[in-house]
Amino acid sequence: MLVERPGLTLLDLAGASQSTVAFLTNHGHRIYSDDLLLQMDRCFGDGDFYENQSDPQKVAQFLDTALDYPAQHFDGALVWDTLEFLSGPLLETVVRRLNHMLRPGSYMLALFHSEERAETIPTYSYRISDRKTITLAPRGRRRPAQFFNNRSLEKLFSDFESVKFFLTRDHLREVIVRR
Amino acid sequence: MSTVPSRPTETFDAPRTGNAVLGKSVIVKGQILSREDLTIDGEVEGTVEMQEHRLTIGPNGKVRASVKAREVVVLGTLHGNVETGDRIDIRKEAKLVGDIRTARIVIEDGAYFKGNVDIVRAEVPRPAAAAPAVTPASAPRPQAPGVSPAASPAMAAGAGEIKR
Repeated sequence: MLVERPGLTLLDLAGASQSTVAFLTNHGHRIYSDDLLLQMDRCFGDGDFYENQSDPQKVAQFLDTALDYPAQHFDGALVWDTLEFLSGPLLETVVRRLNHMLRPGSYMLALFHSEERAETIPTYSYRISDRKTITLAPRGRRRPAQFFNNRSLEKLFSDFESVKFFLTRDHLREVIVRR
Repeated sequence: MSTVPSRPTETFDAPRTGNAVLGKSVIVKGQILSREDLTIDGEVEGTVEMQEHRLTIGPNGKVRASVKAREVVVLGTLHGNVETGDRIDIRKEAKLVGDIRTARIVIEDGAYFKGNVDIVRAEVPRPAAAAPAVTPASAPRPQAPGVSPAASPAMAAGAGEIKR
């Protein structure tokens, strides 16, 4: 898709990196970049990270600063593993927002750790090096909000047209959803 | 014994042309038009235009403005859209919130950027399809060794212009 359709507007929520920007713009795409994990830390990091996610004021601030995009603005979104660190109601709100921001027929990539009993999971900055290589820059470990299995992921993305799962060697569930 | 001529000593003060500085205690509100390179280490709110020159936002710089420059280097904070003719460097520890339109971009690890990146490619001259028609087969153009007419967009473009 990236090669066949230049001129796409893509959202990357891993934080801006030289390699991703170069890869996508070299294919003729526009990239909108933000660091969603950093935005979460700014809004919810002072105190209990997950308890703060039920504070309506903090939630409103987060949605306004991190996910305030026009309807059907993007042709694709790379949300990486960020959704793992959002608790129940906020997670659903964020997924609804992502659905709202994406054009029909567009794709979104998300990653979820598949280790059910892990108390903390590693976090990374994901950088696209080339068509076959994603470089992972470590960002420490975090406690995930919840564990996701295939059924919970299907439910989470039920408003999307289709959901595909791929289990990688690194205990990661790669999820590609189509709007 | 060295036969290398000694270099002039560093005591010579070269004239510092084209390098204005807004220090960290300076606050500017309004429009800045610059005909020389500029470093902002203070606070600026408004617009900054310096199409032929380089803007550097120093580590203490806080700029809330739309910026048009040949080249922009960000070490501090910039809120606003940026348009550069050549390149933008977002250095480690820099914070940039705004849309970027540029030919080249460099983002160092540790920089924070939120916004859109639009890479504007330099226009490649169109190969003129009609070029062979205006070049008589009996009078081939002089060629540089190893350069075929097809591989030389400049020549092809030139041929296109002739037709017009």
